[in-house]
Amino acid sequence: MPMEHVDGEDKGKIVLFALSTCQWCRKTRLLLEELKVDFNYIYVDLLEGEERSEIIEEVKKYNPQLSFPTLVLDDGDVIVGFNEEGIREALT
Amino acid sequence: MSQADDARVDEFYERLKEQVEEAGYHLNSDVEFTKALLESILVNEDRYGYGACPCRLASGIKEEDLDIICPCYYRDPDLEEYDACYCGLYVSGDILSGKKQLTAIPERRPAPDERIVRSEDETETLGLESISNLPLPVWRCGVCGYLCAREGPPEICPICKVSKERFERFI
Ligand code: SF4
Repeated sequence: MPMEHVDGEDKGKIVLFALSTCQWCRKTRLLLEELKVDFNYIYVDLLEGEERSEIIEEVKKYNPQLSFPTLVLDDGDVIVGFNEEGIREALT
Repeated sequence: MSQADDARVDEFYERLKEQVEEAGYHLNSDVEFTKALLESILVNEDRYGYGACPCRLASGIKEEDLDIICPCYYRDPDLEEYDACYCGLYVSGDILSGKKQLTAIPERRPAPDERIVRSEDETETLGLESISNLPLPVWRCGVCGYLCAREGPPEICPICKVSKERFERFI
């Protein structure tokens, strides 16, 4: 899976499903960088074929509406959208 | 972004700003944010052949994405309820004047399994039985709600300037 990795403090497995064209996704990624946590992210709009379908099914499991950004935290909590307060609370 | 792209985005911004202001809408006054979104719409135009919403996952199939070509069908309800469109490209007068703050808002587009893609045949016959004595069918612009009674929808919506395919048979 072509996940991009960003080094930081280990807060468990954090995965950000995002779109490369979306400004709220960008703000979410920058916030995670600002919080200096270790995380992976993937731009779903840049995927093709089977890889794309697989990731779409995975995102739908966490967020049936298939909207972005979808942030999945280690404890299984899912934060949908650029919810700055929610993300700060969960990760600091 | 290359210089050529910069010029293309600037030109798009100027043109759109003038057009939407004239129609009573406002672009986000955070020019950097707004231009980044416009650049993404151009990226999508090149990628899919239509300017899909930058904050939504396009399918690449235009018929399935008619609701999310910018400006999308959800812009006006979102402006009404949340003072901004989903991406934050369009904002209300209250946000423009600083009376309200722009925040991310929930997604209004139905989940993939709940979407209805209307075929052309269905659009043709929709509502025919209910008011069959009208001399002409009535067409509705999916973006701004403009209604017109004529044989077919206009090439371009006279109000919001979207193309013919965004119209649906209303009556
Ligand atoms: S109006 Fe806003 S939410 Fe709708 S497609 Fe355009 S940028 Fe996206």
